[in-house]
Amino acid sequence: MSDRAKKIRVRCTLNGTAATLEAYPMARLLDVLRDEVGLTGVKEGCGEGECGACSVELDGEIVNSCLIPVLQAEGATIRTIEGVATGDQLHAVQQAFITYGGAQCGICTPGMVLAAVNLLKRKPHATETEIREGLSGNLCRCTGYTKIFTAVMAACRDMDRTVEG
Amino acid sequence: MATRVIGKSVPRKEGREKVTGRAKYVDDLKFPGMIFGATIRSPVARGRILDIHFEPGIPWEEFTVVTAKDIPGKNCIALLIDDQPCLAAEFVNHPEEPVVLLAHPDKYLLEEARRGVRIEIESLPAIFSMDDSLERKHVIWGTDNIFKSYQVNKGHVEHALREADLIVEGIYETGAQEQLYIEPQGMIAQANAEAGVTVWGSLQCPYYIHKALVVLFGLPKDRVRVVQAETGGGFGGKEEYPSMIAGHAALLAWKSGKPVKIIYDRAEDMVATTKRHPSRTKHRTAVTRDGKLVAIDIDFTLDGGAYETLSPVVLSRGTIHAAGPYRCPNVRIRSRAVATNAPPHGAFRGFGAPQSVFALERHLDCVAEAVGLAPDEFRRRNFIQQGETIAVGQVIHEKVDMGRLMDRAFELSGYHEKRKRFEAENPGKMIRKGIGFASFFHGAGFTGSGEEHLASEVAAEATRDGRVRVMAASTEMGQGTNTIFSQIAGEALGIDQDQIAIVQPDTANVPNSGPTVASRTSMIVGKLVETAALEIRTKLINGGYLPAEYNAAEFAEACRRYLDRVGPLTSFAKYEHPRDLFWDDERYEGHAYGAYAWAVYVAEVSVDMRTAEARVDDFVAVQEVGKVINPVLAAGQIEGGVAQGIGMALYENVVWREGRMVNGQMTNYIMPTSMDVPPIRVFFEENPYERGPAGAKGIGELPLDGTAPAIANAIAHATGTNITRVPVTPEVLSELLESIHV
Amino acid sequence: MRASLPSYELLAPRNLGAALEMLARETGVWRPLAGGTDLMVLLEAGKLPHRKFLSIWKFAELRGIDVSSESLSIGALSTYTEIQRNAILQREFPLLCRAASETGSVATQNRGTLGGNIANASPAADSPPALVVYDAEIELISAKGARRVAYGDFHTGYKKMRMRNDELVWRIHLNRTLNRRKEYYRKVGTRRAQAISKICFAASASVEKGRINDVRIALGSVAPTVFRATETEKILGSEKLTSSLLEAAQATLGREISPIDDMRSTAVYRRRVAQNLLGEFFHLMNT
Repeated sequence: MSDRAKKIRVRCTLNGTAATLEAYPMARLLDVLRDEVGLTGVKEGCGEGECGACSVELDGEIVNSCLIPVLQAEGATIRTIEGVATGDQLHAVQQAFITYGGAQCGICTPGMVLAAVNLLKRKPHATETEIREGLSGNLCRCTGYTKIFTAVMAACRDMDRTVEG
Repeated sequence: MATRVIGKSVPRKEGREKVTGRAKYVDDLKFPGMIFGATIRSPVARGRILDIHFEPGIPWEEFTVVTAKDIPGKNCIALLIDDQPCLAAEFVNHPEEPVVLLAHPDKYLLEEARRGVRIEIESLPAIFSMDDSLERKHVIWGTDNIFKSYQVNKGHVEHALREADLIVEGIYETGAQEQLYIEPQGMIAQANAEAGVTVWGSLQCPYYIHKALVVLFGLPKDRVRVVQAETGGGFGGKEEYPSMIAGHAALLAWKSGKPVKIIYDRAEDMVATTKRHPSRTKHRTAVTRDGKLVAIDIDFTLDGGAYETLSPVVLSRGTIHAAGPYRCPNVRIRSRAVATNAPPHGAFRGFGAPQSVFALERHLDCVAEAVGLAPDEFRRRNFIQQGETIAVGQVIHEKVDMGRLMDRAFELSGYHEKRKRFEAENPGKMIRKGIGFASFFHGAGFTGSGEEHLASEVAAEATRDGRVRVMAASTEMGQGTNTIFSQIAGEALGIDQDQIAIVQPDTANVPNSGPTVASRTSMIVGKLVETAALEIRTKLINGGYLPAEYNAAEFAEACRRYLDRVGPLTSFAKYEHPRDLFWDDERYEGHAYGAYAWAVYVAEVSVDMRTAEARVDDFVAVQEVGKVINPVLAAGQIEGGVAQGIGMALYENVVWREGRMVNGQMTNYIMPTSMDVPPIRVFFEENPYERGPAGAKGIGELPLDGTAPAIANAIAHATGTNITRVPVTPEVLSELLESIHV
Repeated sequence: MRASLPSYELLAPRNLGAALEMLARETGVWRPLAGGTDLMVLLEAGKLPHRKFLSIWKFAELRGIDVSSESLSIGALSTYTEIQRNAILQREFPLLCRAASETGSVATQNRGTLGGNIANASPAADSPPALVVYDAEIELISAKGARRVAYGDFHTGYKKMRMRNDELVWRIHLNRTLNRRKEYYRKVGTRRAQAISKICFAASASVEKGRINDVRIALGSVAPTVFRATETEKILGSEKLTSSLLEAAQATLGREISPIDDMRSTAVYRRRVAQNLLGEFFHLMNT
C-alpha cells in the first residue's frame, strides 16, 4: 500500500467566519467544504472544472472548488452559496431566480447564483452579452439559460435601484 | 373559463431551497455508519467471465464484496422483461457491464481496491453496428438480435408507390445522445433480511425501482421502500437506470449490514448508463405533381444496446410519430430495435420521436424541393385537419390548425423575408445564413392501453390547519411537478397553492401514480390530483361543513371540524381509461395517445464557411398545448428542451470505440454553454383538452422533436448541402461543403 | 474522484528559495503545482501517477507583470484574468489577451497560469501560438541561477521541453515593439466557450503598401507542440499580397503542419481550416 500523507490544518475565513479545515493537502476544496464543514450547497457535477456546479468565491474571485487543493486555501476568504443570503434576506440574484424561473432542478443553481453575484459585483451594469460570457463556465441542462439571463438582468436592475436609494 | 391560480406564474414551490443551496440531493445525505460503494465493470464488450482476481496489498477482509452469487432473489433488473442482469454472472454483453461491487468506510481505500480487482474474461466476438446486428453476423440476443419490431399499415403502400407521379428517397441517421443531467446518478441503501430494503436517491420513477428491488431480493412488496431525494435533472436518464444502481447499493447494504452510498462520478455516469437510441430511418415517399402525399414508406431502426430494457417502448413512440401530422392515405412503417454490444440505450426526453421526426422533417424539405414547392407550401398542402386520421389510424377529433401555427411562427421569426434575403445575400459571403422550420406533434401519456395498465393513483389528505397534502409518485426534477400539482389542487379546492403540500415521493407514503415520463405528469397525473382535490371539497360540502362559496379561513375551519367529528379527511383518485379510446396492439393501430401537442419551430442559423461551424442565431417555438398551467414553468420547459435539441443538432457527439464511449468527460462531450444558445422565443396557444386538468396537455418532450430538424433544415438552406444526420458537426459539414464545391 | 488521496503529498515551501532548494536536492522527486487547473483534473481522473508536489502558488517572485520601456516581464503565476486586466498587454499584445480570454471559463481563468500552461505543454493550448508570434522568452530559475530560452525553441517534442527537473518557469519576457502590425488570433473550438481547441491560429504581420515586410504565424493543435509555420512565413516573405501568393501559402501550410485525428476532430478538418484561417488573416492584411 502507498505512503500515506498526513492531514494538515488550513486556516481560512469561510462565509465570514474564521474556520480551520483539517484534510489531506491534495484534498479538493469541494470535498472539504461538503464533507468536513457540511456546506453541501457546493455541488459536484463533473469533477473536471467544466460545469461550475462547484463554484465558490475565493478571495473575491470565482473558482471551481473541485480543482483547488485545500492546502492552497490557507489564508483565503471563501464564500459559498450558504454565505450569499443575509440571514433570511435573499440576495437580489436569488430572489430574481425564484421570481423569473432561473432555477429548475437546482443542481447548477448554487454555482450559477454565485457566478452571477460575483459578475454583478465586477460589472454592476452588465449587458446580456456580458452575462452570457460571465456565466459560460456554469453549465445548466434544464433551463436553456434563457430565464437565467432574465433573472440576472432583473437582479441588475434591482440592485441599481437599491444603490440609488 | 377564468381560473384563479392556474395560468399564473406562481413561484416554484421549492425555489427558496434551491437558490440558497439548502435543497438536499442524495450526495448531501449522510447516515450514521454509512459506507461507500463502488462498481467494478467489464473491460470488454462481450465475453465469458473466467475468474475474478483480488490483487494482494489490499486488506480485502475489511471490504464487503458482492457478486451475482450474493443476490437473494432473481439476478435481473426487472423492467419489461428480465433479460438484464443486475450483476454479470457468467457472461458480459457490453463494456462497463457491472460484475463486482465493493464497499468500505474509507473512500480512498475503496478507490485503491477498485484498481485491485481484475476480471479475467475470455473475449467473444461482438457486434457494434445496426447492420451487423440485422445481418446476424453474430447472434448476441435472443434468436435474431431483434428486441421488438412493429408494422404499421394504412391503405396500400405498394400499390400507391407503383402509381406514383414522383418518388423521393432518403436515409437519415441520428447518433446517441447523453442526458447529461448535472447531478450524476446516486443512491443510498439500507437493507437487511428483517427490515427489508430502503433506498434514497436521484430518480424519476420510485415504483419502477420498487418493482425491481422486490424481484432482486425476493421480498414482499411492503418490505421494500423507495424514497426520492431532490433530483438534479433526469430527462429520462433516471427513468430505468436508477433501478440498477439502487440494486447495487442495496446488495452491498444487505451484505454489509451498513447503509451504503454509491455516487457515480461523471466519467462512470457517461460511459456506463443509458443514452438516446441511435437511429436510422429510410424514407420512400410518393407525391403527386402538385405536392400531395400519396404514400409514405418508412423503415426505422433503433440500436438498443445489449439488453432490451425499454427499447420496445422507445421504438413504439418513434414508430407512431414517424409519419407526422400529415394527411396520407397510404402509410407503411416497418420498425425494429436491435441488439448491439453497447451499454443498453434508454429513455431520453422524446423517447424515439426525436429520431423519427428528425428524419421526416428533413425528408419532407427534400420532397418539397423535388416537387418544386417551397417547404412550407408543401406542408400546408398536407397538414392533417380535424376529423382526419394519422398513420396509425387515430382520428384527430380536436380542432387542429397547423397552418395557423405556421403562420404565427413565420411572422414571429420573419421567415419569408429572411428566406429570400439570405438567398440573395449569401453568395460569396464567408458567413452564410439560413432559416428552416419543422412542423410536428407529440402525443402525451403512455401509448395506447399503457395508461390503462398503469392504473395510476393519487391520494390527498386535509389537515387541521386547512392545508391539503397531495400524495403522488410523480417526481420533481426541475420540470415543476410540485408547483403544478399545487396549482391544480389549489384551483380545485378554491384555496391558494401555498396551502397545498406535496408529499415527498416515498413508496411507503404515496400510491403508485406511474412513472414521471412520457409527458404525462401534468396531463394524466395532474388530472388525478384535480380529481382527488375535488373529492375533498365535495366531502366537505356534502357533509355540510362548507357552503359552495367559501374563503381560506372557512376552508381551514371546515377541515378542523370534519377531522374532529368524522376522522381523517382523505380522498383517492384512480385513472380510468376513457371507454371510447381503443388501441390494437396486434395491428398497431387505433387511438395511440389521449392528446397531441402541435408545434412549428423555426431556426435561424449562421454558417462560417471557413470553419464549417454552424450556430443558431434565433429560435422561435410556437406550440398549442391545451392549457398553460404556469407560463414561466411551461416556457422554461420549452427553452430547456430547445437547448437540448440544439445540442442534439450541433454538438453532442458520442465517440464510440468497440461499444465503449471514449469521450466520457464534459470536456469532450459537448453540451451548449450560455454562449451557445440563441434567444429562444417561446409562444403558446391554447385549445383545452377536456381530459387534462384545466385542459392541459403534456409538453415536456415536445421540444426535442422539432428542434434538430429545424436547425438541419436551416443549415441546408444556408449552404445548399443535404443534411442527413445529426449532430451536424463542423467536421461533417466541412466534408459536405467540399463535396458540393468540387 | 478516482485518486487515492492519502498517497499524494503536497507541501507548501516557505518561499521560492526553499522550493528551489528542494527541487535541487531531490531532483525529479518533487513537481511544482501552480493553479491546479491541469493537475487536479488528472488527479480526479486517477491519471496523475506522480505523487509528490510542491505548491508554488504564493511566491511573489513568480507573480506580477513588470513593465519597462523595452519589455514586459510576466510572472509565471500570472493568471489569465490578470493578463486580460493588464492595460499594456491589451494594447500591445492583444493576441495573448485574446488567448487568455478564450481559455476555459472565468473560473479557470482565475486560477490557470501562463507558466503552468507553458509547463503543461499541451499542443492544444491557447496561449503558446501568441507567445511564439511575439517571440517570447522564457526565463527559468533554479537553485543554480536563472537562464533564458527563446520560447520558439522551448518545446522539443510532445510534452518535452528545455527545462530541467530542478527548474521552474519564472518570468515570460515580451519585447515591446512600436511596429504597426496586423494581428490575428482565432481559436476554433468545440463550442463558443469553455472549449478545447481543435485548431488555433495566431499571426502578426507588418504590411506596407500591399507588401508584407515581416510575418509570424503560429498554430496550436496541428503538431505535437505549438507550431511556428516557418515555411509558410518564407513563402509570404516580402511579397505583394495577391491571390496566387495566398494559394501558394495555403498549399505550403497544408504541407508543413501535421494534424491528427482525435476524439475532438480530424486531420482533414484541421488542415482545411488552418488554410482557411490563413485566408482570413490574408484578408485582414489586405485591409
